[in-house]
Amino acid sequence: MATAFPFSAIVGQDEMKLALLIAAVDPKVGGVLAFGDRGSGKSTAVRALASLLPKMKVVAACRYNCDPDRPAEFCEDCRVRATKGGLKSAQVPVPVVDLPLGATEDRVVGALDLERALARGEKAFEPGLLARAHRGFLYIDEANLLEDHLVDLLLDVAASGENVVEREGLSIRHPARFVLVGTGNPEEGELRPQLLDRFGMSVEVKTPDNLADRIEVVRRRDAFESDGEAFVAKWAKDEAKLRKKIVGAREKLSSVSVPDVTLELAAKLCMALGTDGLRGELTLMRAARALAALEGAKTVTDDHLRRIAPSALRHRLRRNPLDDAGSSVRVDRALSEVLG
Amino acid sequence: MTGAAVWSDAVTAARLFAADPSGTGGVLLRSRAGPVRDRWLAMLRTALPPSSNVKHLPLNIADGRLLGGLDLNATLLAGRPVAERGLLAEADGGVLILAMAERLSAATTAHVTAAMDAGETIVERDGLSLRMPARFGVIALDEGADDEFASASLRDRLALHLDLNAIGVRDAEEFALDVGEIAAARARLPSLKADAAQIEALCTAATALGITSLRAPLLALRIACAGAALAGHSRIEQEDLALAARLVLAPRALVFPPADEAAQPEQPPPSTEDEADVSGGEDQTPDIDRALDEVILAAARAAIPPDVLAALRTGSVGRSRPRSSGKAGALQKSSKRGRPAGVLRGELRAGAKLNLIETLRAAAPWQPLRRREATGVGEGSRPRILVRKDDFRISRFRQRTETVTIFLVDASGSAALHRLAEAKGAVELLLADCYIRRDQVALISFRGSVAELLLPPTRSLARAKRGLAGLPGGGGTPLAAGLDAAFVLADSVRRKGQTPTVIVLTDGRANIARDGGQGRLRAEDDARSAARQLRGAGVDVVLVDTSPRPGISGEAIAKEMGARYLPLPHADAATLSKAVLASVG
Repeated sequence: MATAFPFSAIVGQDEMKLALLIAAVDPKVGGVLAFGDRGSGKSTAVRALASLLPKMKVVAACRYNCDPDRPAEFCEDCRVRATKGGLKSAQVPVPVVDLPLGATEDRVVGALDLERALARGEKAFEPGLLARAHRGFLYIDEANLLEDHLVDLLLDVAASGENVVEREGLSIRHPARFVLVGTGNPEEGELRPQLLDRFGMSVEVKTPDNLADRIEVVRRRDAFESDGEAFVAKWAKDEAKLRKKIVGAREKLSSVSVPDVTLELAAKLCMALGTDGLRGELTLMRAARALAALEGAKTVTDDHLRRIAPSALRHRLRRNPLDDAGSSVRVDRALSEVLG
Repeated sequence: MTGAAVWSDAVTAARLFAADPSGTGGVLLRSRAGPVRDRWLAMLRTALPPSSNVKHLPLNIADGRLLGGLDLNATLLAGRPVAERGLLAEADGGVLILAMAERLSAATTAHVTAAMDAGETIVERDGLSLRMPARFGVIALDEGADDEFASASLRDRLALHLDLNAIGVRDAEEFALDVGEIAAARARLPSLKADAAQIEALCTAATALGITSLRAPLLALRIACAGAALAGHSRIEQEDLALAARLVLAPRALVFPPADEAAQPEQPPPSTEDEADVSGGEDQTPDIDRALDEVILAAARAAIPPDVLAALRTGSVGRSRPRSSGKAGALQKSSKRGRPAGVLRGELRAGAKLNLIETLRAAAPWQPLRRREATGVGEGSRPRILVRKDDFRISRFRQRTETVTIFLVDASGSAALHRLAEAKGAVELLLADCYIRRDQVALISFRGSVAELLLPPTRSLARAKRGLAGLPGGGGTPLAAGLDAAFVLADSVRRKGQTPTVIVLTDGRANIARDGGQGRLRAEDDARSAARQLRGAGVDVVLVDTSPRPGISGEAIAKEMGARYLPLPHADAATLSKAVLASVG
């Protein structure tokens, strides 16, 4: 679609919007999973992100979106070209790449370029979606319906940040670090635990139950559908403001301090909830820091921790089918125990 | 409503849809195949512009055909990759008819709904990366019996829900649709806009009817616009809104709104800075709102059938979660043909699936060489691409048939007393495990005089837990009915290419016969014959004897079924689940 619904015009859904902004500020938090009601604007929010994000600097004409300021992470091509002198850089929109459900493996990881092979008999690599998503976002709508073999591929690449292609006599590796964003409806089936684990944050999306909000959603959606361009223009100012906030937060991020007491609290919280591994603490800390940066705070406080804990931890709880309380409730319980 | 009234609504629906196919999303046509449905479809066809595509989506369409991919013939002819449009892209600007929508696989449904949302299809297949426009209206033909429905995600996106099952051929008289009028409406449509008060009124009505999804009021808005356009109104009138409420909101209603309108709409909060802009600066007076709400609600109320109404009044539908979403995946089935496990160089034997793209890729690098070798050999008739036997690549699939674990839980008085809670716990633990293995579970309980399917095969733990939470206990032990139900479900599971496993939790003491009659002897007789039926079908069965003193009755029944027998005199939920797992493997 030519025009996307503006991010700032999305009514409510604060938890999801915040999680996406946090991922935009610090991609290291490890992605966002938004699960919930139908028609609550999950995909709208993700698609809105693409036009909201500030542009990024890449090596001009690089197929892997290499960052000119980080020569250590260059792809093969850029490394060769760099030795020959000055690489040009360019500003491009941050990629938000769709991984459609029916995608085939060759398009995801990349494969021999059929066009060139057939027409000219050349053996060349055609990068896939993982390459396109490097330094951006990879979006899977209905993530719970993604075929298993594609999930396996993703798990592998998401863990290593590198895509290794060994097929058709090609031997290629290229960086592939992206923020994984998944949406879905739990009624259609659960997500594989290994994939669930990859997401830094998970948010539960509900249709607003407050009438005024519901009316506002329908009103804005209707206005957008009847004249998209005018609607986008009307929201341009808010979008710009939000964009500036992201840029500012990214700059501040490294200078936001995390006090030892806060770290200790984070650890206590994770212990109380019995989350596996240390990924919980790490995500919690990073997300809280990004939140602080977004709000212009210099230090991470308990309040930041409290607000981000449900998103960072609810999908990491050990499943206890006998506990009828949802994960969110359990996180809340632990929060009030630990933080008082 | 009488058959004729239903049919007249159906005719209206056809006109509304024809006026704005993609805007209204489409029509869910719940109806058996037959003359009534044929007549409706034929009528719709005349109402659509003659130029519009009408494409049929068959139930088991392959992804490649649906989404598009590499065109074999054209590619071989041209000597370069040529893309072939999929059905979704071909339907652009027209109508897509989904056959047997209630059985559509989750993946196919997701492809269709994704295209509906985006108005385009994104293809990342066979080395091709394409975006193609795909704006179409959908007619979902839902032939489902009682408990089968088209998926909730699809229904949610279709404005009009029709049920033609109740009407006879005689009711379905032919209406002469005024094609010119519909074309005029189509032209008038862009100029019609709802004002803020009207949007508010539709939202209020939807909320009062317990409709959660926000697509409903949006689609109602589209229908109101189409209705106004058809009626020749220059703006949306009350009757257009009433029409939308009747056709879009009423079929989705979960709560019957109180007639005295006790639930007044909350006053909108002080407007945020942008609200005024968006609403177009229209002033809203609460009085008018209320009147409008009342009109809309009254219209919806009138369209809700009285029997549904009675059910709502007795409170069987809570205000909690929409029940409909629970039924959504009743038909969710896996259409997996095993996961691709790479390609193999090989010959094209029967049953082997040629992987065209890999074959071409294998052949590609050799083309210049082969062409040189082949010079002089019949220049003109030489194919553009020289493919040799060596190049053939065969797709391999690792078939992993899914297991559907069917729990058959005895919820009768005798069992309820001792073990129902434990059984529930065990089922939940097993569910958690099934979930990890990505298998599906289903749950049948029996008590009183009947067996009841509480949970159709699903992978959704959330839904399963809900099904279990409401499991009541007490009454007689209709073991035969339970085993019969398990047999029927196991059979349908198998027909979908999945492997059923039945786990029976019972004390084995049947006391209700198949026909619901009392009498231990007859009941046990029936149970044994039901058990033999299961064994005859070769279904894997585990019988967990939940009696405090496991005895002859449980073991005897297990023997008849050829089941593994697990006496568990003092088991808690965890032991139970472990034992079952060990025995199922």
